[in-house]
Amino acid sequence: VLAAAAAGLLLLGISLAFYWVPNAPIEGFRQRIFYLHVPVALTAYASFFWAAWKALRLLWTRDQRYDLESYTAVHVGVIFGVLTLVTGSIWARTSWGVWWTWSERQLVLFLVLFLFYSAYFMLRYSVDPGPRRASMSAVYALFGVVLIPVSFLAIRLAEGLIHPVVFTHEVGDKLSASQLVTFGICFAGMLALAGALYVNELTGKRLDERVSELREALS
Amino acid sequence: VTSAERYVTAAYLVVLAVVLAYVVIYAFKLSRLEREVGELAELARRKKEEVAG
Repeated sequence: VLAAAAAGLLLLGISLAFYWVPNAPIEGFRQRIFYLHVPVALTAYASFFWAAWKALRLLWTRDQRYDLESYTAVHVGVIFGVLTLVTGSIWARTSWGVWWTWSERQLVLFLVLFLFYSAYFMLRYSVDPGPRRASMSAVYALFGVVLIPVSFLAIRLAEGLIHPVVFTHEVGDKLSASQLVTFGICFAGMLALAGALYVNELTGKRLDERVSELREALS
Repeated sequence: VTSAERYVTAAYLVVLAVVLAYVVIYAFKLSRLEREVGELAELARRKKEEVAG
């Protein structure tokens, strides 16, 4: 259901972005990356939040099933993190003329967030499976979530930036109704896609675990 | 085709490519799991025969 919803919403959103939304006054045609890049970035944040929520549940209840759920959410978040960096880089190239700029705090903080969660896998696989690894991974995932509001707010707190700020209290002045509707559909589609990936990954990882248990029981 | 159109198309294609790559990787994983479950079923059948024999 989630995969079908994702496919439908994303197809609709992309069609609207290309055939319904008019060219933006300054950005022109290239502004259409907005309907891809921003939903992908927000979905990465949502995945990391979900991972932190599952990590918190693990630490609170000591129920080991949350470990796999948190790990899967980080996995999905990192996939969307890669997409955020790549689509952002393409947008930067066409808009600013460079693939990357170190002077933008928003970019650097997102890279730090991405690298932090990429290191999660190194930590996880450097410890033997069990409650200790689950607790360490949960604490790490919880620490990472602190970086999300910092990354999100950095652009609003900094001065002299070229990265655009769209979602403020004046969003109605910055985006037309057609742009907002298209963005909403693309964001819903991206969340559904992340949900579908999360459910598939989780099912696959649980199957892996059960196959390993069966192998041990039979050998 | 303008430069902006090329870059916008590239951004959308990158996302599509990543999703397709994920589907391919997942298909490999499913076929591995299917093979492993088949091996386990064979192992269970042999164990059952040993117990019966």
